[in-house]
Parts: sequence; C-alpha cells; structure tokens
Amino acid sequence: MIAPNHRWRNFKNAVVQTLTFACAVLVVTPLLLVFYHLITQGFSSINFSFFTQLPKPVGEVGGGMANAIVGTFILLGQAALFGVPVGVLGGVYLSEYGSSRLNWWIRFAADVLNGVPSITWGMVVYALMVVPMRGFSALAGGVVLGMMMIPLVMRTTEEVLQLVPGGYREAALALGIPQWRAIVQIVMRTALKGIVTGVLLALARVAGETAPLLFTAFGNLGWAHRLNEPIAAMPLQIFIYAISPYDDWHRQAWAGALVLLVLVLAINISVRFLTRDRISQRA
Amino acid sequence: METTMPDTTNQILSPGPDQKYTGATALTVRGLSVSFGGNQVLKNTSLDITARAVTAIIGPSGCGKSTFLRAINRMHELTPEARVEGEIRLFGEDIYARNVQPVVVRRRIGMVFQKSNPFPTMSIVDNVTVGLRLNGVRNHKLLAERTEQSLRMAALWDEVKDRLNAPAVSLSGGQQQRLCIARALAVQPEVLLMDEPASALDPLATAKIEELILELKKEYTIVIVTHNMQQAARMSDYTAFFYLGDLVEFGPTAKLFTSPSRKRTEDYVTGRFG
Repeated sequence: MIAPNHRWRNFKNAVVQTLTFACAVLVVTPLLLVFYHLITQGFSSINFSFFTQLPKPVGEVGGGMANAIVGTFILLGQAALFGVPVGVLGGVYLSEYGSSRLNWWIRFAADVLNGVPSITWGMVVYALMVVPMRGFSALAGGVVLGMMMIPLVMRTTEEVLQLVPGGYREAALALGIPQWRAIVQIVMRTALKGIVTGVLLALARVAGETAPLLFTAFGNLGWAHRLNEPIAAMPLQIFIYAISPYDDWHRQAWAGALVLLVLVLAINISVRFLTRDRISQRA
Repeated sequence: METTMPDTTNQILSPGPDQKYTGATALTVRGLSVSFGGNQVLKNTSLDITARAVTAIIGPSGCGKSTFLRAINRMHELTPEARVEGEIRLFGEDIYARNVQPVVVRRRIGMVFQKSNPFPTMSIVDNVTVGLRLNGVRNHKLLAERTEQSLRMAALWDEVKDRLNAPAVSLSGGQQQRLCIARALAVQPEVLLMDEPASALDPLATAKIEELILELKKEYTIVIVTHNMQQAARMSDYTAFFYLGDLVEFGPTAKLFTSPSRKRTEDYVTGRFG
C-alpha cells in the first residue's frame, strides 16, 4: 500500500540525505587540499641536506632545517618531561581520590585551560620565565608546551581510568593490597594503552604550536647548545620562512610544513595502532 | 584486651588457618548496624560465625546480606557516607579498633565477588600471586609454592598447570571464578567471604564451585551470600536469614530449613515470598 504523497516524502528524504553527505565531504576536503598543496609544493624541496644542514643566509640557495627538526624534538621531550607526570597524576587524583565537589572545579579549570588561546600561554611563560631569566630559552619553550599538555593529559587520563571496571579496584583492595599500589599496578596498568594514547595525542597537538614559542623558544638560525639559549623549532622556522619575500625560503617553508605534518600524522597513526586492540579497556 | 594485629609481611608468611581449630568461633558480631547516608540497611545484628564451617546468608534482594558481608572485611568503607556501629571480632580481635587498618583486616578476611574479576593485564600465575607480590613478597620459591598450593585448593591446577603464563582472561567463566578463589587463598586468609560466587555461572561450573567450597571448609571459615536456597541447604552448616535489614533467624541449616522457628523464615524458605 502506497501513501498518496510518497513521492514528495521520498524527495524530501533524498534532499536531506544529499545535504548531509555534501557537508560530510566538505569536512574531508580541507585535509585533501592540505595534503595536495604540501606534497606538490614541499616534496620537491625535501632532500638529504634538508635534514642535515643549517639554514643558509639570505641569497644562498640550499641549506636545511636540521636545527629546527632537532629543536622540535628537544622541545617535545621537555614538554613530555614536565607535562606527562603532572597531567597523569592529576588525572589519577580526579579518578581515584578526589571528592566530587573539588573535582568539579578542577575539571572546570582544566576545560577552561584547554580553551585558552595558545598565544596567551606564551605570554604567561614569557612573564614567568623569560623575563626573570633575562632571555629566550629552550627551557621556556619546553615549559610552555608542557603546560599546554597538562590539562589535555589530565582529562584523558581521568577518562580512561574511569573505564576500568570498579570490580578490579575492589578485588585488589580485598586482597589487602594498599590503595596506592592497587592504583599504580592494577588500575593504571589496565588503562595503560589509553593513558599512552592521551599523552601521544597531547604531544601531537603541541608539536605544531607556533604562537607560544614566539615569546619563549624564540627560534635560532643555528644550533642551541644549552637549554638557556633560544632554540629553533619547525613551526617557528616555517613561520619565519613563510613571511619572508624569498622564493627559496618559501620552498623550505613548504618542505618544513610537510615534514611537520608527517610527524603529527605518524603520531596519530600510532595512536590508531595502539587503540586498535582494545582488550585493556574491555569491561 | 588484645587489639593489635600482626603486621603485613610476617602475617602473610605465617601459616594462617592452621592455628585456629574447628568448632571455635571465628567471627563474633555484636550489635552491628550499617547505614549509607542516613539510610539504614542493616539493623543491630548479632551472631557468631563458626570456624571451619560454611555459613550461608540468605534473604530477598535489598535485605542487607551483601552489606553484612562487606562490613566483615571493611569493604563498605569504599562507599562514601557509609557508617558502622557495633562490633566485629575476628578470633577475639576487634577489627574496627582504632589502630587496626582495613588493609590488615582484608589480608586476614579474603573476598570473592559475584562477577569473576581476574586482572586482565596479568597471566594466570601473576593473578594468583598478585596479593603476595604487591604486599612485598619477593621470594620466588615461596611464590611458586603458593601458586601450586592455591591453584590445587581451588581445583584449577590440573586445568592450567601447562599454561600458567597464559592470560587470565583466556580461561572460561567458571575457571576465572576459581582463579579468583585461588587468588584470594594465596594470601592465606583465615576467613573467606563469598558474595554470590556462582550466580553468574552455568550449572556445571556452579557444581564445581560448590564442591570446592565443601573442600575448602576443612581449612577455612566460609561465609557465603546466596540467593539460591537449594545451594544454601546443600552446602552450609549454618544459615542466617535477613529480611529488610533485620536478622530474622540464625541457626544450623538443617533446622532453619526443616523447622524454622519464625513464620517469615518458613515463608521464605518454602518459596512463598522473595
């Protein structure tokens, strides 16, 4: 039996379906555009010396971003060093110890911090570290990225710990295991993959940050030999090259952007790989 | 008055259950009341639990039987707003005394839960020894001995002895529950609390657990919560019937099931309500 106006109804359904599909495609388009541009513009500029040489002075063709690549890894390493312990332990507090009222405020603060514009973080660390230390430094760059990681890592850690069924906590305590050991060696171990995933995603997120590094790491055309010296970083180098008027620097900027994208992509893919097998979070 | 409890490692290394003899009173409960945020779920309960015997706790849902069980090893303290009044003594020692930590109580009073919960990141052997290892026992010989001994007592040794390093979650449901029993036995508690240990298992696995409990009572004091009356009648030596937070009747199982002294008990055990 066919209702009288089924054609009109089918038509409306088709319109809505097409519209939603178009929007879904629109979401993917920028990613494809970014890939297309980076690969066509950047790939030709990537060569061995890009990874091994320092930037050349203006006018000389060639050179590379070796210092910026190493600098980015040094900054990320420091950020992990500062951000991961605080973030993870904060998440453990929220999930395992905290009272619900205090937790509400801590969660609220973390969510606000996640929304703070990155340039604000740069200014805060500029005031707290760069000014007192009388100079831009790799250390300040690491601290600012680490601070940005803390709320991210804290919230994801809390969430994955909450996924661990309460039965494991009870079983551990019923064996007379002290609470801190039950948390570290049973609850956290069960959620380990999730915690690592959260840390990796936070690292991927701060790896491309430029604004906070402008006031802290500052950038460096050569090697930084100590942590209290300014240090180069890929996003900074890309920024400097991109706003310059030189064609060769533009090419280097495209190449740098491509390398940075590949780095972030690699982190995201390893996250996919880690979360593929979800046994550790099964209820 | 003896209120101090032997501390941590020494306690775990000492042969626990053998010191106590059959027929003695393992747990003395006096005037026990438990409430959660003003809601009283257990009222003024007093009873004696006999050592090396099985005591079954029966009653309809919400009657306070699980609460009673959890108060015995202070697990209810994990629930915020839980309040306990009254007294529980384990072989004469007050487990709620000020200087007694819940961790020490729980080493002497083990627990097995309704839902089997072996730790998913650990192998079979690691699950058995986890209570010892996380309490600081490093001696490999002792750990190996306890593994075999506990798995044998839990009637699981023959099924897993060739794959001790396999993940615990690779076992079947019934095997997982027996692994949890072995895990609880490995720290050599004096009392074993069981909260509906077979209610999630099929009849065959249930029969195995029941057989095991009858074997275990030769050395352990067992308190078991069950909603299965036949199970209580088959396995237990004493039965306590709770209703709406009150202990209605407590006595030898045979008497409680054949000639209960209270009308409500009779109605419940004959299936007229609940």
